[in-house]
Amino acid sequence: MSSKPNLRLGPDQDVADGVLERRHAITELVGDPGETLFVSGLAGSKDDILHVVGADSPAAFTLSGAMGAAVAMGLGLALAQPDRKVMVVTGDGELLMNVGTLATVGVLNPPNLSIICVDNEHYGETGWQESHTGRGVDIAKMAEGGQIPNVRTVTKEAELAEAAQMLREGNGTSFVLVKVAPTKPPSIYRSRDASWHKGRFREALLGQN
Amino acid sequence: MSEAPAWQGDLYDLLKNEFDVSQFSYVPDAGHRELINRSIADPDVHSVSLTTEEEGVALQCGAHLGGARSVLLMQSSGVGNCVNFFSLVSHGRFPFLTFVSMRGDFGEGNAWQMAMGKATQPVMEASGITCLRVESEDELIPTSRAACTMAFQSEEAVAVLLTQKLLGAKAFPTA
Repeated sequence: MSSKPNLRLGPDQDVADGVLERRHAITELVGDPGETLFVSGLAGSKDDILHVVGADSPAAFTLSGAMGAAVAMGLGLALAQPDRKVMVVTGDGELLMNVGTLATVGVLNPPNLSIICVDNEHYGETGWQESHTGRGVDIAKMAEGGQIPNVRTVTKEAELAEAAQMLREGNGTSFVLVKVAPTKPPSIYRSRDASWHKGRFREALLGQN
Repeated sequence: MSEAPAWQGDLYDLLKNEFDVSQFSYVPDAGHRELINRSIADPDVHSVSLTTEEEGVALQCGAHLGGARSVLLMQSSGVGNCVNFFSLVSHGRFPFLTFVSMRGDFGEGNAWQMAMGKATQPVMEASGITCLRVESEDELIPTSRAACTMAFQSEEAVAVLLTQKLLGAKAFPTA
């Protein structure tokens, strides 16, 4: 394995046979969002979850900065709302920025928290530089090492259903690493006003801001 | 280990009983020993052991989304680890409360601590966080109560700096 990253000029337009397309994969993994609360990472993973729940959903708090915060934010929400499912959807680059949070989550093991890492092996927002995961680093093993009890790596269509079931029904925190093609589906517009989204989220969940 | 000073227990009672704090996150630190131990032993609260202090900033924001109150207990060196996540607090106008045990100030004997000790308050203030310094035991509870009111009622970002005048400087060998 080369220690030098591969150069890529931009995102792929087409998805090769046997490789998962991210919007399809996340839609299948999330299933019916129901009463689930969502926290997402930046950019691609934000768009993935908005594709499922809709850009105006008050049940999704999406980051456009503070890279590395998504999992810890989901943990705080999951501890505060033990009767609600909380799902974090983030990318390989965002998660690698604070990979220690997998250990923080693992020792607490909140049963209502699940994490999806959308791994396209690239930093898509900054010029498609190859990430560590494209060069052999395995975040699912880090999740296992962090004592998260339910961990799956999904690379194929046939693996989606079982992983989706684990995310819904897992006894303890669940983590799914899903390998997807390095594509850039159309971005989904949403206001970047975090204070406004915070207010809407709290209004919908708590009945007050 | 010596007994923790009584104010540490009083502070825990203030946070939990008067202000309903239910999440205590921390990176281990001698200055917060009693608060950390009380939170670990208390089945009614979540005691969250962090790998780095910035996790505690994001944790608090997530707790607020879910209607819970959270505090971050850290040493001044940890403030430097948090700076980018302070943008989440500032831009999102999240309430934020941290208790910072100071190193690198009054009487510090380890030169490695001085740079971050000097930077702690300016960095926090540049990030929009109000800093309230505590230098004696009799100030601790009134200042902490004021900080809780500012954070949880006015939804401000507030740091209570527990100075080395309060905590005492750790002794380091000179030879």
